[in-house]
Amino acid sequence: MSKTNFTRRGVLKTGALTAGGLAMPTILTAASHAGFTNAPSGGTVTLGFNVPQTGAYADEGADELRAYELAVEHLNGGGDGGMLSTFSSKAIDGTGILGKKVEYVTGDTQTNSDAARASARSMIEKDGAIMITGGSSSGVAIAVQGLCQDAGVIFMAGLTHSNDTTGKDKRANGFRHFFNTEMSGRALAPILEANYGSDRKAYHLTADYTWGWSQENSMKTYTEALGWETVNTVLTPVGAGDFSSYITPVAQSGADVLILNHYGGDMVNSLTQAVQFGLRDMQANGKDFTIVVPLFSRLMARGAGENIKGIFGSTNWHWSLQDDASKAFVKSFGTKYGFPPSQAAHTCYVQTLLYADAVTRAGSFNPCAVVEALEGFEFDGLGNGPTLYRAEDHQCFKDVLVVKGKDNPTSEFDLLEIVEITPRDTVTYPVDHPDFQGGSLGSCNAGA
Amino acid sequence: METIIIQLLNGLDKGSAYALIALGLTLIFGTLGVVNFAHGALFMIGAFCAVTLNRILTLSHTVIDETQTDFLGNPLKVEVPYVNGIFGEEMGAFIIDWNVPLAIIFAIPIMVAIGVIIERGLIRHFYKRPHADQILVTFGLAIVLQEIIKAFYGANPIPTPAPDAFRGSFDFGVLLGFDPYTVIYPYWRLIYFIFSMIIIGAVFAFLQFTTFGMVVRAGMADRETVGLLGIDIDRRFTIMFGIAAAVAGLAGVMYAPINSPNYHMGMDFLVLSFVVVVVGGMGSLPGAVLAGFLLGILQSFASMSAVIETIPGINQVVIYLVAIIILLTRPRGLMGRKGVMED
Repeated sequence: MSKTNFTRRGVLKTGALTAGGLAMPTILTAASHAGFTNAPSGGTVTLGFNVPQTGAYADEGADELRAYELAVEHLNGGGDGGMLSTFSSKAIDGTGILGKKVEYVTGDTQTNSDAARASARSMIEKDGAIMITGGSSSGVAIAVQGLCQDAGVIFMAGLTHSNDTTGKDKRANGFRHFFNTEMSGRALAPILEANYGSDRKAYHLTADYTWGWSQENSMKTYTEALGWETVNTVLTPVGAGDFSSYITPVAQSGADVLILNHYGGDMVNSLTQAVQFGLRDMQANGKDFTIVVPLFSRLMARGAGENIKGIFGSTNWHWSLQDDASKAFVKSFGTKYGFPPSQAAHTCYVQTLLYADAVTRAGSFNPCAVVEALEGFEFDGLGNGPTLYRAEDHQCFKDVLVVKGKDNPTSEFDLLEIVEITPRDTVTYPVDHPDFQGGSLGSCNAGA
Repeated sequence: METIIIQLLNGLDKGSAYALIALGLTLIFGTLGVVNFAHGALFMIGAFCAVTLNRILTLSHTVIDETQTDFLGNPLKVEVPYVNGIFGEEMGAFIIDWNVPLAIIFAIPIMVAIGVIIERGLIRHFYKRPHADQILVTFGLAIVLQEIIKAFYGANPIPTPAPDAFRGSFDFGVLLGFDPYTVIYPYWRLIYFIFSMIIIGAVFAFLQFTTFGMVVRAGMADRETVGLLGIDIDRRFTIMFGIAAAVAGLAGVMYAPINSPNYHMGMDFLVLSFVVVVVGGMGSLPGAVLAGFLLGILQSFASMSAVIETIPGINQVVIYLVAIIILLTRPRGLMGRKGVMED
């Protein structure tokens, strides 16, 4: 048996010193040299797609990931180019971003803020992601937005609808293309009045997290302004599954409208059970009982099946829009995947293009340069008409769609009909709107 | 009054599921002395039997319909299920519509087989090990089963509707002389309650009135003596494990239309079902059923808005509170027998 002088502790010490020594040049050249986190070196740039692949919003997440993959393909010059041809800014040309080939890594947010932060951190620290995008829940989006601000990378929010994302929790490094609950309230109220009148009693069931609270608040504000009375508001846990114990009291509450501030799988379950418990067949206060789902998506409509017919809601975008940009996107997405994209897919695709465009116009991946390029950016040709990225809160202002569950769908995708395209001016709120106060953008953080 | 009736009804369907799962758990515990943490997973697999049968029945071939176009303007591809070709369009649609009731027949042999395989393949090696080991191995098994289902069916809930005929709701209020729409209860939940009563009745009758059941009961009371009489009690207990798995599976099949099956649904029920078993009394079959319904109804009443407004969050903890109180006042549970789990 041979005797060596190695000790466990000695090996560990030497190993750690060697690893540190080897890493040092990389740290010095990559990060601090360029002056910002994860400055891309070599011929590629890495984007981080952080979407829910499990949990109540997993359907949305899967579609978001498809859209991201499509956007990367188009940015690298593959496919038919999708919205690159309709986008008003002609800075991106299908040669990657600033000549670097776009690569990506993905993470699973699990629709859980802690898991989302962990996967975003891993993508930033281990994979060198220069930008994080995604999230199909406002709780997650706000958590990841804060993390990106601290880490010094850009966060391009995916599907997040709470006012807080660009309200009290807004951050200089974060940008949202998707609309918010304030805009839903503004767009929906006139349609609800036209169809149901101004003498109604509403009962809210609300998902118990930032988006639900925000949605309930906006709907209360705008329906009460119509003259509606709010009978009760009840918070329900996310992923409750069986909503029966929340739904049964509604029938005896004296309400004649049920407003379901639920989204994704939760909304599918709560709406299905509300219909099972006969709410849509009943009469209350001499009127037909009705249900409103303020935030709609086609994926939810498919899960809820027939129950969605005739129900009003709002949406950021719908594949049946007939503008050139929407048609181009539906064509490339549909050809690749065999079905039309969801609103979640649309906003994620657009956000990726907007980021690439901002980097190209700025001529730099530096987050502060990107922030400057996006602030106050006015564009068109991405499916929602002329759109402004407002500098003061990093929120996009554009048209909002009011939709209704279609009575006679012609296909499994044709479930929602567009009732009205509410113009941008109607849904634009002032920067000092009280529901959006309590936080500030701060200044951009470029990290290292 | 209407509110009380509706919460009572609401509690019955939840209680039915608790009772069915707890019944299976108690059967396994009473016969084999094993605390089976994989029982929730068996409930989940039952629900996925309904999903699987639906997938089989809707296996389709594509027919191109030149008269219609899809969203891209191409000729519409229509998926035509093979059952339509075999039984004709009307009968095919009827079979697919009745998927969940048909899944009962489909699930029984599958669940019994899964139960027997689990017992013979894994759990019998742990009979002589401490309860902690049994809990660990069955909990591990539950995770494995969940992940297998997740790998095949994904993480999303899969809507599995009840037959068209049962999709509406029943106006109990009118029957009881109240105003219309005051006490509404979906047909399927009513069927679930009746179904669970039938299954519970069948299990009790089987144990009470058959020779097999008599031997099993004797084995539960004194395993050694039954063995000394020359009866192969192990084989019977294996079959009982299969039956317990089938009971959990059937509870899952019928639950699929109430709540879209997902790979995690078993865990949601498992913890509560254990509380039910403990409250009912370890090893007591009537205790499990009684406690199942009792706690289901209690949870339902705790969810009333008047109650939640008074004590926020009570609906989430009421079952555990009651369990604590019962265990403090009656340490063996409601109908627990002396000597069980007391060695």
